[in-house]
Amino acid sequence: MTGLMNRRLFLNGVLGCSVAASPLVTPVTLASAPWDARLVVIILRGAMDGLDVVQPYGDPDLAGLRRTLTTGPENGALDLDGFYALHPGFSTLKPLWDAGEVAFAHAVSTPYRDQRSHFDGQDLLEAGTGTDVPRAARTDGWLNRLLQDLPGVDAQTTYAIGVDDLLIARGAQEVSRWSPDARLRLSEQAQKLLELVYHDDPLFRDAAVEAIDITQSLSEAPDLEPVETAMMEGMMAATRNGSASRVAEFAAQRLRQDTRIAAFSVNGWDTHAKQAGAMTRRLGGLADTISILREDLGAEVWGKTTVLAMTEFGRTARENGSEGTDHGTAGAMVMAGGAVRGGKVYGDWPGLSDSALYQGRDLMPMRDVRAYAGWVMRGLFGLETSRIERSVFPGLDLGPDPGVIL
Amino acid sequence: MAFFDPYLAVRRFGTGLAASAALPTDPRDVLADLDAPDALGAQFEVPSVGEYLALDAEVTRLRQAKRKTKDKAEIARIDEKMKAQKGKAAPLAQQAFRARVARGIAAPVGFRERLEWFWVDHFTVRSSGGIAGRAISTFWDGAIRPNIGGRFADLLRVVVQEPLMLGSLDQNRSAGPNSRFAKERGMGLNENYARELLELHTVGADGAYQQADVIELARVLAGLSVRKGVFEWQKGRAEPGEKRVLGKVYGSPKPVLEDVFAALEALAVHPDTARHLAWKLAVHFVSDQPDPGLITHMAARYRAADGGLSALYTSMLEHPAAWTLPGNVKWPFEYLVSGMKALSVPPERILAASHKDIRRGLMVPMRLMGQNYQRASGPDGWAEEDAAWITPQGIAGRIQWAMNAPDQMVDRLPDPRVFLETALGPEPPEAVRFAAFNAESQREGVGLVLASSAFQRR
Repeated sequence: MTGLMNRRLFLNGVLGCSVAASPLVTPVTLASAPWDARLVVIILRGAMDGLDVVQPYGDPDLAGLRRTLTTGPENGALDLDGFYALHPGFSTLKPLWDAGEVAFAHAVSTPYRDQRSHFDGQDLLEAGTGTDVPRAARTDGWLNRLLQDLPGVDAQTTYAIGVDDLLIARGAQEVSRWSPDARLRLSEQAQKLLELVYHDDPLFRDAAVEAIDITQSLSEAPDLEPVETAMMEGMMAATRNGSASRVAEFAAQRLRQDTRIAAFSVNGWDTHAKQAGAMTRRLGGLADTISILREDLGAEVWGKTTVLAMTEFGRTARENGSEGTDHGTAGAMVMAGGAVRGGKVYGDWPGLSDSALYQGRDLMPMRDVRAYAGWVMRGLFGLETSRIERSVFPGLDLGPDPGVIL
Repeated sequence: MAFFDPYLAVRRFGTGLAASAALPTDPRDVLADLDAPDALGAQFEVPSVGEYLALDAEVTRLRQAKRKTKDKAEIARIDEKMKAQKGKAAPLAQQAFRARVARGIAAPVGFRERLEWFWVDHFTVRSSGGIAGRAISTFWDGAIRPNIGGRFADLLRVVVQEPLMLGSLDQNRSAGPNSRFAKERGMGLNENYARELLELHTVGADGAYQQADVIELARVLAGLSVRKGVFEWQKGRAEPGEKRVLGKVYGSPKPVLEDVFAALEALAVHPDTARHLAWKLAVHFVSDQPDPGLITHMAARYRAADGGLSALYTSMLEHPAAWTLPGNVKWPFEYLVSGMKALSVPPERILAASHKDIRRGLMVPMRLMGQNYQRASGPDGWAEEDAAWITPQGIAGRIQWAMNAPDQMVDRLPDPRVFLETALGPEPPEAVRFAAFNAESQREGVGLVLASSAFQRR
């Protein structure tokens, strides 16, 4: 409503022409995406240490590998199931775990091996291909391929959020982009004059109308169902400050409307030194992001939502000499949302003995992280497995359904 | 020439209008920029590749020293030194950025700057690891800038010897299938650079080449390599025997670097290359859909000049179809530079600005506008289509900058009514004039001029 009012104000302005009379104004069509479920993909750049986030303290070899990093409930982590414990930085998510809305997949990786370069690793994670596809040919991302040729999909269906270019969303299907750091604070007069200035240049005019619409809709308070259930008792309200929470707020705001898929990235996981402090901060931020999504989406939409937070690779099992960890192979994926069968750490555990480690140094990958993402999309959107194995993740063998989606 | 418009000339082919600069009177004045010695290059220096290599060498030396010792205190001392050494690379990159902005602002016309910006995009490289791997500006300044007015073949020659290019397109991972490296180290051919050299750099995606030509060219290129951050022709990688690229035969039993040059020579003057370069320049400088007659004219002149780039530029400037309106949307870097030039921001002020101010005032806004400096997403560089830039987010970034940045950059904002003609020439669009005269404040008036589509287009 407000959007249309703004548009009208913007377009009438000093010229006094009416919207209806202007042949160049096409009203925004409301997208009817082919499904109602929501998917949020968060790319954790820098390689998150899965062994620190979800600590397999039941494995007798863990404690010997880590000196300053916490290992298990005795050192402040939160017990999950007697084998795994949650990093204390994620403590605000513990009530969500208890409520069955948070899960993890452990010992997962992309097909990327051995070079351990962030750049190449992220490239492969977002492209979603195997290593057989040369880097130069990885020009589109798996979220984009998911949408290609589906009826009812338009630019609003997917939002790539933030200033970083997201390969995962790039491709032939048009997606929307917005960074909440972009703010348009214009006086009423400036807005009217800008309308006049852009009036005869449709490219500029249409983009500006939409930009103003987005920024103004952001300032509206979301009209939420009350946050309910006794199960959430003790769950702290999300901290809201900084750019990351603006991203989450914006994502939720879009997802409550026509958007079905949102993607963004969070930097800062490359913890070569003093990991303990950095991890607490990063996980706190990620927990806030998830909490904001949950609060702002409201119970109904959150119930249809899955959040996947994935990273390019894991880190070394052994702590290094500077109280951190170095680039490794397998790691963990965070899954959250009302659509998730939570309270569970998915995946087979490879063990942490010298011989169980990949190349004697990294957590052994037990499953392709794309298989989880693929089954999530199957569960959320009802995509055919053949489509997932052929075009979304070409060449992937999905394997058995882990049953992440309720 | 009836179609020549001195104001449009500087906006479209230069770095934008400014209050003080003298205007060109015909296309030759625009081109004169290229024939004269590179005064701006000398005045605003970009650090040389040697400075990066020296830092790199020192880090390597420290790393070796670290391996030799077990003494904890010594290791800590070396780590400290390495950190300090690595810390010196970022200021070099910042100096380069400042210099490139300052040149754009200080240039009276700025055709040389615009051509450099065009060609560094044509030959997009990405930053790789290490100190030398981040020295993109040295490639731009040391290899491309001095060669944009000569023959295209010579430009190609310096590019194939560029470590960053060889790294970006995996050429340093390639070895001929019958080379010594293939036999002894199990290496093989990597086609990436050969493909992009054809598809992006020379004959173009529509060019008359087949997959077989890609492989054959990859066989020619095998041998191009990098050692310690410096280009090296490595015989051990080179592929012996003849190779046939686009119908021409290169090589001998003993492959040499000259075989590569011979192939580049032929590719540079290939009719498809002529068309591709003409099209790409016209798409960049003139319009997303340039007049076919302009392309034909430019390609013919380029071929007649045996691949001379100056002829290519001249043929564009002298053709009436290069002067049609509306123009293309400026890239964000270009938009910011032209904005500052119109505002008469002193180049010295850019040079003296803190890193924080540069980040806040220029780098971050550019990212919001969609151009993460030196980080184009692929080897094809930044998009040319206007619609790729004028997205809701892109335009929000531009309007936001236009409204808020000028105030931070000059001591006194200009009178919008005067600024209007400084930025757009004596005949600005009526709507922009109205906006400049009716804004509520000087800040908004200036902002509206900079945010206008007329200013954002070349």
